[in-house]
Amino acid sequence: MRIGVITFPGTLDDVDAARAVRYAGAEPVSLWHADHDLAGVDAVVVPGGFSYGDYLRAGAIASLAPIMTEVKDAARRGMPVLGICNGFQILCEAGLLPGALARNSGLHFVCRDQRLRIESTATAWTGAATAGQEILVPLKSGEGRFVADADTVARLEGEGRVVFRYLGGNPNGALADIAGISSADGRVVGLMPHPEHAIDPLTGPSDDGLVLFTSVLGAAVG
Amino acid sequence: MVASSPAVPAVDTVELAAASPDQPQPYRELGLKDDEYERIRSILGRRPTDAELAMYSVMWSEHCSYKSSKVHLAYFGEKTTPAMRQKMLAGIGENAGVVDIGDGWAVTFKVESHNHPSYVEPFQGAATGVGGIVRDIMAMGARPIAVADPLRFGPADAPDTARVLPGVVAGVGTYGNSLGLPNIGGEVVFDAGYAGNPLVNALCVGAMRTEDLHLAFASGTGNLIVLFGARTGLDGIGGVSVLASETFSDGTGRKKLPAVQVGDPFTEKVLIECCLELYHAGLVVGIQDLGGAGLSCATSELASAGDGGMRIDLDAVPLRASGMTAAEILSSESQERMCAVVRPQDVEAFLAVCAKWDVLANVIGEVVDGGRLVITFRGETVVDVPPRTVAHDGPVYERPVRRGPGQDALVADVPDRLPRPSGRAALRAEILRMAASPNLCSRAWVTDQYDRYVRGNTTSAQPADAGMVRVDEVTGRGIAVATDCNARFVALDPYAGAQLALAEAYRNVATSGAVPLAVSDCLNFGSPEDPHVMWQFQQAVRGIADGCALLGIPVTGGNVSFYNQTGDRAILPTPVVGVLGVIDDVARRVPSGFVRDGDTVVLLGDTRDELGGSEWAHHVHGHLGGRPPAVDLAAEHRLAGLLAASAARGLVTGSHDLSDGGLAQALVEACLVGGRGARVELPHPDAFVALFAESAGRVLVTAAPEQVDDLLAAASTAGVPAHVLGTTGGPALAVGPLEPLPLPALRSAWEGTLPALFDHPVPG
Repeated sequence: MRIGVITFPGTLDDVDAARAVRYAGAEPVSLWHADHDLAGVDAVVVPGGFSYGDYLRAGAIASLAPIMTEVKDAARRGMPVLGICNGFQILCEAGLLPGALARNSGLHFVCRDQRLRIESTATAWTGAATAGQEILVPLKSGEGRFVADADTVARLEGEGRVVFRYLGGNPNGALADIAGISSADGRVVGLMPHPEHAIDPLTGPSDDGLVLFTSVLGAAVG
Repeated sequence: MVASSPAVPAVDTVELAAASPDQPQPYRELGLKDDEYERIRSILGRRPTDAELAMYSVMWSEHCSYKSSKVHLAYFGEKTTPAMRQKMLAGIGENAGVVDIGDGWAVTFKVESHNHPSYVEPFQGAATGVGGIVRDIMAMGARPIAVADPLRFGPADAPDTARVLPGVVAGVGTYGNSLGLPNIGGEVVFDAGYAGNPLVNALCVGAMRTEDLHLAFASGTGNLIVLFGARTGLDGIGGVSVLASETFSDGTGRKKLPAVQVGDPFTEKVLIECCLELYHAGLVVGIQDLGGAGLSCATSELASAGDGGMRIDLDAVPLRASGMTAAEILSSESQERMCAVVRPQDVEAFLAVCAKWDVLANVIGEVVDGGRLVITFRGETVVDVPPRTVAHDGPVYERPVRRGPGQDALVADVPDRLPRPSGRAALRAEILRMAASPNLCSRAWVTDQYDRYVRGNTTSAQPADAGMVRVDEVTGRGIAVATDCNARFVALDPYAGAQLALAEAYRNVATSGAVPLAVSDCLNFGSPEDPHVMWQFQQAVRGIADGCALLGIPVTGGNVSFYNQTGDRAILPTPVVGVLGVIDDVARRVPSGFVRDGDTVVLLGDTRDELGGSEWAHHVHGHLGGRPPAVDLAAEHRLAGLLAASAARGLVTGSHDLSDGGLAQALVEACLVGGRGARVELPHPDAFVALFAESAGRVLVTAAPEQVDDLLAAASTAGVPAHVLGTTGGPALAVGPLEPLPLPALRSAWEGTLPALFDHPVPG
C-alpha cells in the first residue's frame, strides 16, 4: 500500500509521518504542495508543522494549495485522509472536517505526553484499535483548542464522529475534551496529538500511535 | 514596509573620500577609538567612505573582532594537542567546530549568546538568537538536528524577570518549534547577578556526511556571489544609524526601525531545506551565513578566506525599504540570509532550487583577481579595501588583568558559619524547601513550550542529564549534549569554577551513556575594561583549556560575550560549557532516574563537606563565599570511563548526575522522573553534608541486584569510589532515619514553583 505524505513549505513532521507509514508496513510517497498530483497513492497524511509559516490563521493558506484540490477530490471519493496537528487545522480550513482550532486557553505552546481515549473505531484510521482503548502520544501545539458551534458538537457526538478525547486533563481548553474528529463517512480523520511520534518507545512515550497507520492498511479504497 | 521615496542623498564614494580628507566623520559614535580610526586611514591612505567606516566599525567591534579576548583565546590553541585534534574536522575560526563521530558521520555544534537584544526585546532577541546559531550550523554544510538553550535571569520573583522570562521562552519556543528542531536541553538559572542583564545562550547541533563539510571561502576567479533568503532591511542596524542621521535631513518620512532584529522562522525553515538541497546537488563552492555585521562580515570574511578579491554590487541586493544607504545595506542584520559562492555554470541550477523553495536569490558579485574587496552602489565605488584588514586585522588589546581587591574577602567568607538544619524534621523540611527553590524546581513550565519530538530521533530531552538524538537510523549511532555552568563557583574561583562547569557537562554526557568528544563554550562576562573581569576571563579560559587537555577533548568553537553588566556591576562570570558526546547505539542509552522497582542504588564518587557556592547557601542564606568544591578532572575521567563501559555492558538501569542541590536533589529528581520512590542510607556521617554538599565527580546509578557485584567490581577496577545506598521502589523517598517523603508531596513541591511564578494568562 502506498501512502502519500504532503510537504508544504513549513511542514515539519513529514519525515516522522513517512517513518510511521514505513513502520506500519506501507510505502510512504512524498507529495509536494505545488503539484496537482497524488501520484496514485491509496491514502494521504497531511502532517504537522507551520505550513507557509501560519502567520495568518493556522492552515488557512495551505488549504488553498494546489495539492489540496486533489486531496479534496480524492476525499470525496472516499480516499482515507489523516490530518495531524497542522494537518488537522488544514483539513478544517479546507472544509473536509467541521470546526476550527483556536489558540490554547493557556496561551502557551504545549508539548507533553498526552493520554487519549479512542472513542470510535468506525474510521479508516482507527479500525484496528479497540473501542475505548487508551493511548499515550505526544501533543505539541499552540493552537489546538477545538471549537465549533453547539449544533456541530452535538452532531459530532451524536454521529459518533468524536474519534479521540483527551484524558487526564484537557491541555488546551478544547470543547468536550475533543482531540480528534472524523468526516461523516469516517474516511477523513483529524487530530491535534501526534501518533507519528509514538511509534517506537525509543523515541516516543509509547508505540501506541502505530495503530492509526496499521488501521488504514485495511481501509484503502476498494 | 517600503517607506515613501525620500530625496536621494549624495553617495560618499571612494573618489569623494580621497578628495575630502578633512571631512569630519562620526567614528566615535560608531564605537571606534581615535587610534583605530587613524589606523583605518593609514590602511586606506585616505579617509574611509561612510560605507567603509560602517564596515570597519562593526567588524572591529568587540563582538566581531574579539579584540579583548583574542590574546587569551589563543591559549585554547596552545593546549590542543595533535591527539585531541584527531577527530576535529574544523575548529575555532570556522562558523562552528566539526567532529568526526564515526560511520562516515560528522557533527557540528556551537553555543552562542544573544544576551543584550534579549533584554531589550525578549521575544525577538531570543528568537533571532536561535536563528543565528542555526544558520552557523547550516553554513558548515550540516542539517541542524537539535537545539538547547542555557538561560539565566534575575531573581525568579523580580518584576523584570516576569517581563523577560516569558518573552525569552516564547521566543526560543516559537522560533525553534517553527524550524522543526527538537529542543533537547539547556538550563534555567535565577540569580540577582543577572537582573538587568539576562543571559540567552543558544546551542545548535548539526549532522552531515563527512564529505559534505562546507567551509566559508571564496575561491576561484569568476565564481559568483549569490545572496539568498530574506530581503535586506533597516532592522538591526543599531549604531550605523548615526551615519544615516547625518546623511538624511529631517522630514524624509523614513521610519526608524528597532535595533533588535525581527525573526521570520518560516523563511529560515525554507532556507534550511533549500540549502540542504543545494549542498546535495553540489552547487555550492563556499557558503557563509549573514549574522552580526550582515554583508560587511559575510563579504569580507568570504573574500579574505579565499584566494583573490571580490566585487559586490549593492544595487543587486533586494531591499525591504527604499532609500537605504550603502552603509545601511552593508550593516543591516536582517535575519534569514545566506551568501554562497557558486561556479558560473551552476548558477542557473542554483537559482532553480531557490525558486522551488520560493527563496529569493540574487547574484550580487563575483570573485576577481587583485586581492581587494570592491563594492559599488548606484554605479559608483563606495568601498575599496583589502578584505583581511576588515575581517581579521582588527585591533588587539592586552587589557589590564588584575585580581580584584574584593576577591580575598569573598574567599574568606566561608559558609561554615551558616546555620545548618539539624534534627530529622528540619532536614526533611529542608529537602522539600530546596526541591521547590527556583533553581532546583522542575523546568517543565519552560521546556513544555519547546517541541522535543519533531524529527523523531530524540531519545532523551529535559529533564534528562543530557539531551540525546539519533543521527543514523540504521546503526542507531547518536550524539548527546549537555551545557552547564555554576557561575557562583566561577565567582569564587574562576579557574576552578570553569573547570567545574566543564566537569559537570562532561559528566552529564557520560551519565547518559555517551562518550564525551568535544567542547563548545559561551563565555559570558562583564566589561573587559574592568581588570577584575579580565582576570576572571583569563582564569576561566585557562581553566577550560587546561581541563580539556586533561580530559583529552578539544574546544572546537564558541563565543565571547563581554559587557554583560548594569552600570558598573558585572554579572556573575558565566562561562557556559557545552560538551558533545557520541554513543554507538542510542538504544543503549542510560535513562535518567529510577526506572525500575527493586534496583540497587549506588552512589559513585565521594562526598565531602563542600558548601561554598552551593545552592543551599544561595537559596537558604543568600550567601556566596568561600571555596567551590574541589575539582579532580582525573577522577572525572575515570568516572566517565566507568559510566560509558557500564552502559555498553548494560550494567546500569538508570543514572543521575549530582550537582546543584547535592544528593538530596538528585534523589528527589530520580524518584519523580522515574515515577517511583526509594529507600536509601546516607553516604556521610553528617546527614546535612550527605544531603546538600555539592562535591563534584558524583553520579547516582541503579543496577539490577544480580548485576551489582559486577558494577562494584568495575568501579573498583576503574578506581571510582562506590557506595551502595539502598533500593528503588515504593510510594515514597525514604532517606536514612527521616520520615519518608511521599512522592505526591515531593511532586507538588518540585512542580509548583514556576507555574505559580509565571502562569498569568492575559486577562480578556
